[in-house]
Amino acid sequence: MNSVQLESEDGVPLAVALSERVHWVGALDPNLRTFDIILKTANGTSYNAYVIRGSEGVAVIDTVKEGFANDFFARLESVADYSEIKVIVLNHLEPDHTGALPELMKRAPQAQLFISQKAQSMLKGLLKQDELSYTPVVTGDKVSLGDRSLEFLHTPYLHWPDTQCTYAPEEAMLFSGDVFGCHFCDNRLYNDKVGDFRFSFEYYYAHIMRPFKEYVVRALELIEPLPLKLIAPTHGPILRDRPQHYIQRYRQLSSPALHNELKPNQKTLLIFYISSYGNTRRMAEAIYQGAMQIEDVRVSLYDLEGGEVAPFVDLIEEADGLVLGTPTINGDAVKPIWDLLSSLAVVNLKNKLGGVFGSYGWTGEGVRLVEDRLRGLKLRVPIQGLRVKLIPTEDEIHECKAFGLELAQELTGARESRVINFADL
Amino acid sequence: MAKATITFEDINVTVTVPAGTRVIEVSEKVGSGITYGCREGDCGTCIMKVTAGWNNLTEPSVLEDKILRENMAGKHNRLACQAQVLGGEISLKPV
Repeated sequence: MNSVQLESEDGVPLAVALSERVHWVGALDPNLRTFDIILKTANGTSYNAYVIRGSEGVAVIDTVKEGFANDFFARLESVADYSEIKVIVLNHLEPDHTGALPELMKRAPQAQLFISQKAQSMLKGLLKQDELSYTPVVTGDKVSLGDRSLEFLHTPYLHWPDTQCTYAPEEAMLFSGDVFGCHFCDNRLYNDKVGDFRFSFEYYYAHIMRPFKEYVVRALELIEPLPLKLIAPTHGPILRDRPQHYIQRYRQLSSPALHNELKPNQKTLLIFYISSYGNTRRMAEAIYQGAMQIEDVRVSLYDLEGGEVAPFVDLIEEADGLVLGTPTINGDAVKPIWDLLSSLAVVNLKNKLGGVFGSYGWTGEGVRLVEDRLRGLKLRVPIQGLRVKLIPTEDEIHECKAFGLELAQELTGARESRVINFADL
Repeated sequence: MAKATITFEDINVTVTVPAGTRVIEVSEKVGSGITYGCREGDCGTCIMKVTAGWNNLTEPSVLEDKILRENMAGKHNRLACQAQVLGGEISLKPV
């Protein structure tokens, strides 16, 4: 039998022992199909919470979504009395893990709350209480439960600023929060017992962790050296069979897929355009020629009409600079440009160089609108976008080449120092 | 009106500004790598490093201090959406 007993014979939810001292006290949500608006799940999810018992008290690690609190409390009561709870750890404050927190704090008022440094303002935002007692922790902080203990790892932005992981050294278990999790509901709980959840694991990474790859890498530096028998995430299967395999997979997913054929110190500039009568395309080609004058910049030119969004997002993720060319139609940039821009939330764009250009008929708002969007996406846009009325003249083609050259110089740091008056900005 | 200069070290640009200007009003326009989230001193996205002229910026408010602490900001860090220029020369860069 592969099944794990989650309920008593008369249907009362029961905790599941992961070891003599550690229990799963979470809840299953098999009917969920859309999570947080952005994620699909074909078979629901789980909200995993855990209890660890030491000789001097019990710790509860994370809770569940509010609507599933009854299952959580029933499971918790099956292995601990509320008066024994000394510690509550919140690895992540998103409501699917803190829904039962207010009630838990009422039932175990003596318990001390441990949250990450960055979780403090979020906790106040969630609980709407001024007088809150909690202990903010960072990497290296520990709490003792007697013969068991908990150590905290500061792993921010996985996938909120507040996220942290908690390690139980005597159990060699990592309570990882959403890291290594996935939306996959299976009452067999363990990765060696559940159905095939590989797609869900990868899909979860791609949508939840991918924007924060640099933070994933930093977290892995803390996690990889830990002796581990088991990883206990807050969603999906508990990883007890080859937990290191999932850590290695995170390392792979956070590294570039193909070797980028770049010389040392070479930068990359991508130019995407879309054009109805060929005018924005002519501008794009001139900008491309201008930028190519700088040897240390690898410039690529793409017609958005000829590609799918997803591979372009992959390219942009690794590029240093992004230049977009759009005509203005009915007072706006065109939909393929917005489709690309609205797909970039899954990658980190911070501090990439941005630039915009385009031909227009009579108003030309598209360029400015896209510039604002790029700034909103945290790109830096130091060179004002280039707009050309209808067909570019020879002079305007030269301006485009100069624009491309300037963008490439900006990437290599070759632009001269400048002094600007605020009034001229 | 008193004048001041802000140098954005990451892009090698110096801007002459009137006293009272907030860093946020300038940095995006010149394309510095300082990035913004809420733009109202709550999220800590725009933490920057002040490399010279610390005293030429307004003192951080109690609220700004709290956000800096929560984000474990270093000694010479400020929020670019909150810091206002008093006068003189200031140099800064993204963290």
